[in-house]
Amino acid sequence: MRALVAMSGGVDSSVAAALMKTAGHDVIGVTLKLWSGPNGEAPTAGCCTVSDAEDARRVAAQLDIPYYVLDYTDEFRDGVVDRFVRDYTSGRTPNPCIECNRTVKFDRLLSGLDDFGSDVLVTGHHARNRFEDGMWSLRRGEDRDKDQSYVLSMLTQAELSRTVFPVGEMTKAGVRSIAAEMRLRTASKPESMDICFVGQRDYRSFVRDAAPGAFEPGPVVDSDGTEMGRHEGIIGFTVGQRRGLGVAVGEPRFVVRIDSATSTVVLGRRDDLEVAGVSLRQLTWTDGVPASGQVIAQYRAHGEPVAATLHEDRLLFAEPQQAVAPGQTVALYDDDRVLGGALIADTFR
Amino acid sequence: MIYLDHAATTPMRPGVWDAMAPYSDDVFGNSSGVHGVSRRAKNALEEARERIAVAIGAGPREIVLTSGGTESDNLALKGSALSSNPRRGVVTVATEHEAVLETTDFLRRLGVPTAVVAVDDNGAVDLDDLVDAVDANTAVLSVMYLNNETGVIQDLLRIVSAVREREPDVLIHSDAVQAFSSEEIDVDALGVDLVTVTGHKFGGPKGAGILYVREGTALEPVLHGGGQELGRRSGTHDVAGAVGLATAMEAAVADRARFKSQVGEVRDDFEKRIVAGAPDSVVNTPESMRSSHHLNVRFPGIRNETLLMRLDRTGVAASAGSACQSGASEVSHVLEGMGLTPDQARESVRFSFGWNSTSEEAMDAAEILLGLVEELR
Repeated sequence: MRALVAMSGGVDSSVAAALMKTAGHDVIGVTLKLWSGPNGEAPTAGCCTVSDAEDARRVAAQLDIPYYVLDYTDEFRDGVVDRFVRDYTSGRTPNPCIECNRTVKFDRLLSGLDDFGSDVLVTGHHARNRFEDGMWSLRRGEDRDKDQSYVLSMLTQAELSRTVFPVGEMTKAGVRSIAAEMRLRTASKPESMDICFVGQRDYRSFVRDAAPGAFEPGPVVDSDGTEMGRHEGIIGFTVGQRRGLGVAVGEPRFVVRIDSATSTVVLGRRDDLEVAGVSLRQLTWTDGVPASGQVIAQYRAHGEPVAATLHEDRLLFAEPQQAVAPGQTVALYDDDRVLGGALIADTFR
Repeated sequence: MIYLDHAATTPMRPGVWDAMAPYSDDVFGNSSGVHGVSRRAKNALEEARERIAVAIGAGPREIVLTSGGTESDNLALKGSALSSNPRRGVVTVATEHEAVLETTDFLRRLGVPTAVVAVDDNGAVDLDDLVDAVDANTAVLSVMYLNNETGVIQDLLRIVSAVREREPDVLIHSDAVQAFSSEEIDVDALGVDLVTVTGHKFGGPKGAGILYVREGTALEPVLHGGGQELGRRSGTHDVAGAVGLATAMEAAVADRARFKSQVGEVRDDFEKRIVAGAPDSVVNTPESMRSSHHLNVRFPGIRNETLLMRLDRTGVAASAGSACQSGASEVSHVLEGMGLTPDQARESVRFSFGWNSTSEEAMDAAEILLGLVEELR
């Protein structure tokens, strides 16, 4: 098999490349150059840094596979960063890693697979992709703590049929021990946690800089509409936030809703955070068939899966959920198998 | 492997490595030392300097040994703009190498007046625009002899005489890094004050180059220190590098006529085959005022990074002309300067030929290339 391995410079994709090479496949490694700052400076943290690309290059050299850097900075800016900024200015809570998977990594690499002279795309995601009952099924990774099926929940048969996740069948400890055994330089490299284009900055200052003038001062109101204070812009708030609200009341208050049209931040009590369900948009199904009825839903990358009932684009949680915000991705499961994914359009009580 | 990226670097010519070897071995002395082994090194260094000077029609005192093209360009521009001469300005051209453009931008940030003159669709700088950009405060004008990405040759003689007529005291620098293999470089005939040449573009070692500095030119060093190179470039000499550079220069000068005709023919044959086999391809290298050994060509609808990857996997080495430190292809400022859109620049590939290029390998590469273009279209 001719395999194109997306190498981020981390241990998982290093081992994915190593496993494909060891299995005798014709392997090439690529790193995507996704971002340079407004002045062309290289980012300093996260998955798209120069030093990460260097690690990928060195691992590829050690594995003796051809290695290339592909420039997708235009696609990344348009599809991920601009959208990230737009979502926050509209009061939504985006997940840029999922957008990157959707609009850059899987989209561009898979559509270019033939041109690159490869049969399959290989990544270092912790998820399992198996051919079962005449169908590709996406399941949670072997290592539940590291499972990344959530960020892959928008993949469909078209993508899954040409994608391999070699480390999804392993634990993270197992991945690291293979890397150590093969003396890969990334064996004990820490995981990147930051949003790669934001780095160690505060994402709020990033969005403010990227969208100057997008945020206007507005009222902070209680659930009954009483104005309790003023704020400098909705970017300072996320649903569920308790600290830094700039208001003093006896009982703890939380952000329960953000109205971007009127720049209004709505506060409430802990109970007011609870939502009964969400409406969904951009629904996709791994097997192309819409599911309905009892499902397991996960609405944060490392959130607990919860029971829910799906009826068309409305998802009703079995128990009320807190801090659910429009813009977040929901992955839908049957046990450990991904049924599909969607974005939260709105929440309802 | 068929190597068609000689403009990036080219293999050493026969005999160069052997000539260098003693100075990284037995004759290891520091050429500034006071003992026998250092005197022998110093002697080899000065002999190399004389040979280098002869190769460009200069005097040995006019040769500043540097680490290569980037350093020489930096020294030419910074050294002129920051020298004891009261003139401060820098004028250059939009399609220059980054070593010139980034240095110009650095000087701009220091408060030096700078001007970057545009080129036309054929990559030629407009003589009137260039002359108009030069004024009584201009310290140095920098114009590349032969463009590294496209092979465009600037009409240096006309430029020099027109600029001199307007401002006789402006220093004129030319980056001749890509030109040395095929064009005669005689500093007096060209009438320039500063010339950049680097060894690894014509069969010498990497890390060894020169800046020609006309006698009497005031120049502030970029590297301050022990005062080597008559105070113009401090640092312990790379004696082996200088000997390798001199040896390769002599070989290149002796081979120049053959290079220009024979390598030029290899390039022309390659070009004809590509244009015939891929009729929608667009040659970015202009038809006249072009080098013998560069070919920049655009394949509409095919991203250059994909084509270069496939060529590499098939054993053909070429490039997009300009690559950043990460290795990603960047949109070429040279092609953009010639009026191509960013997308068109991303469809352009540079093939460059060298002293050991053969017709056979070029024809083999052309067939491979045409096959890939057909497949990727």
